[in-house]
Amino acid sequence: MSALSNITAAAADYFPMLVRRPPPRFISESGKRVYGIVAEFSETTKVYHAAEMVRDAGYKKWDVHSPFPVHGMEHAMGVKPTKLPLLAVGAAVGGLSFAAFLQWITSAYLYPMVVQGKPYGAWEPFMPIMFELSVLFTAFACLFGMLALNGLPRFHHPLFGHERFYRISNDRFMIAIEAEDPNFDPDQIRALFEKAGGTDITIIEDED
Amino acid sequence: MTTFEPDQSIAARLTGLEPGAQPAPRRQKLIPGTRDDGTLTEDPGQRAPLVLGDRSFGEITDIVCGYAEAPMPKPWLALFSIFSMVAALGTGMILYLIITGVGVWGLNNQVDWAWDITNFVFWIGIGHAGTLISAILCLLKQNWRTAVNRSAEAMTIFAVTCAGIFPGIHVGRVWFAWMLFPVPNSQAIWPNFRSPLLWDVFAVSTYATVSALFWYMGMIPDLATLRDRAYLRLQKGLSRPFGIPMPVGKDIVVPFLPRPDTFRVLAYGLLALGWRFSSRHWHRYEKAYLILAGISTPLVLSVHSIVSFDFAVSILPGWHTTIFPPYFVAGAVFGGFAMVLLLLIPVRAILPNFSDLLTLRHLENMAKILLVTGTMVGFAYAMEFFIAWYGGNRFEYEAFANNRVNPMIAPYWWAYWTMIICNVVFPQMFWVRRLRQNPIVIWIVALAVTIGMWFERFVIIVTSLHRAFLPGEWHMFWPTWVDILTFVGSIGIFLTLFMLFLKFLPVFAMAEVKLVMPQAHVHDHDHDEEH
Repeated sequence: MSALSNITAAAADYFPMLVRRPPPRFISESGKRVYGIVAEFSETTKVYHAAEMVRDAGYKKWDVHSPFPVHGMEHAMGVKPTKLPLLAVGAAVGGLSFAAFLQWITSAYLYPMVVQGKPYGAWEPFMPIMFELSVLFTAFACLFGMLALNGLPRFHHPLFGHERFYRISNDRFMIAIEAEDPNFDPDQIRALFEKAGGTDITIIEDED
Repeated sequence: MTTFEPDQSIAARLTGLEPGAQPAPRRQKLIPGTRDDGTLTEDPGQRAPLVLGDRSFGEITDIVCGYAEAPMPKPWLALFSIFSMVAALGTGMILYLIITGVGVWGLNNQVDWAWDITNFVFWIGIGHAGTLISAILCLLKQNWRTAVNRSAEAMTIFAVTCAGIFPGIHVGRVWFAWMLFPVPNSQAIWPNFRSPLLWDVFAVSTYATVSALFWYMGMIPDLATLRDRAYLRLQKGLSRPFGIPMPVGKDIVVPFLPRPDTFRVLAYGLLALGWRFSSRHWHRYEKAYLILAGISTPLVLSVHSIVSFDFAVSILPGWHTTIFPPYFVAGAVFGGFAMVLLLLIPVRAILPNFSDLLTLRHLENMAKILLVTGTMVGFAYAMEFFIAWYGGNRFEYEAFANNRVNPMIAPYWWAYWTMIICNVVFPQMFWVRRLRQNPIVIWIVALAVTIGMWFERFVIIVTSLHRAFLPGEWHMFWPTWVDILTFVGSIGIFLTLFMLFLKFLPVFAMAEVKLVMPQAHVHDHDHDEEH
């Protein structure tokens, strides 16, 4: 069941037009679906502690946006370790096996050649290419696996409708709590952000 | 047509939205009375600052993006014109070779590998610095690498591009070059997987691909920054229209074209893949970066080892030596760092605010790497010669003593001694602190090393081939004008690509530079006590 919901979530990331979304839980004053609430922070330390507070308040669907990967933020947010290393190991084994198979089948069966009287299927000269292809496959798995787990590439995101969000890539920090979160309550979140020192607390509309 | 309202212009400057605006340069470039910019501290208890001038995050963005958005200074335009003409010349030489045949080079029956493979090994060696900086220095947590990694990786990719040209065109019938790869074909022929030349094909193409992936992945957040800036300017009506650059006076504005920022939003936006700086994304991104660094480290070491197998696995005296793999790797790192310095010291001069990010300390660190690897290369030269004598193989001894070293007998003695002076003697200057802290001296040594490393490959390849076992088959090799101009042209291609990189892409890894700045650390009393 969780595998199915994972696939649906991924499909919603890439092909939002194919997925029927549940009716909105919160509607803004202009009648649009509410994506969530954001608060802006100007210092690393402040956003770090604010993230700890949001984590301790029990929110699940939320995120911190920062111009660079803040050291230790995954602990402050309580993010689980990523599965990317498993994917990389799988790709490495795949590349190794592919190279071994390719070299063995061509050298020993499809086009056997006598080279310095060595056995056709000797594995020693196959080692360099086995190494190279496992590195190659791992590199592809790392980049594309990272993007796929992140739901990227994607053309648009509700946060890009918020003008102050464009400062994140420069020097600001932002915490966004999504309306999908079961504990979502605009008043409580506003109070939490104010306590944590957030500024420009804004409700973000989804384009629906 | 820069008809800004005055208050709008002020507002734009305050929010850093003026296209191509640079923050004010540092007031004191050097500490008065010294040649020190404040980073050359020798006190081990004190860390040298990685970014100078008390820059904020926003100023880092403005410096790096500003240069990518503003028109380039006049020296850039002059150099770019020259380099692109040289690149065109090189392309012409390649076409001439393809149309006419490999006979336009000075190759003969004895010396059947000469400048082509020399240039190949030279360029592929230069490509090693980028991945070394981004992979090995990343694993060793050397934070100073953030100042040079982006440009060094770019340089790596351009060098590997130049390297890839030569094996491609030296095969003679270029239209059969696809047979280097195991492609199913109607003759049912498969390549010989027991040949180091085929290992080389896989090593170099893997290296080129992985370096490009690494470079691109590092650039995604910075491309998103460029995208966001261009989008905000468009939204605020601050985008300038296109102008035709004029050598004197103001540029001529072209009002009816779409604005450059429209193209920036499109191009950078597509390349940034919708990156939105999410910490959940950063978490996976950092893990992916670490794994890539981890696998690139053995990859860097393997690529030049495999290139050296091209020679070491043969039975030719002068090539058949077990020291080749480590010797080639050390030489590649040596030559690569020399090229990084050769390119970045002028960049600091042409784009002055970059000297806040690329400090004298960074140059000194790289000079120290040149000293270490240069000494390793010198040791390898000595050891190679020692084994040629001590190993008791007459042919090998002759290949060294009488074909390379002895000026009375060896026809290519000048190449050997150029190599020794440039690679072993020049870097020894860096034992003196004042010399390794002087950018001009570093640049001259880097130039010497680059020349010396080209001669090293020439010495290995040509002097071993030109006098093999039988005196009856001895031949000299002299380059033809096509040989020379193809090599010069490849330098042009390399430099043209690098100039385009300086203009259009973020030259410093902004996100990583911000990460190593003091403001990026979480200040917390509880947190500090844990450490």
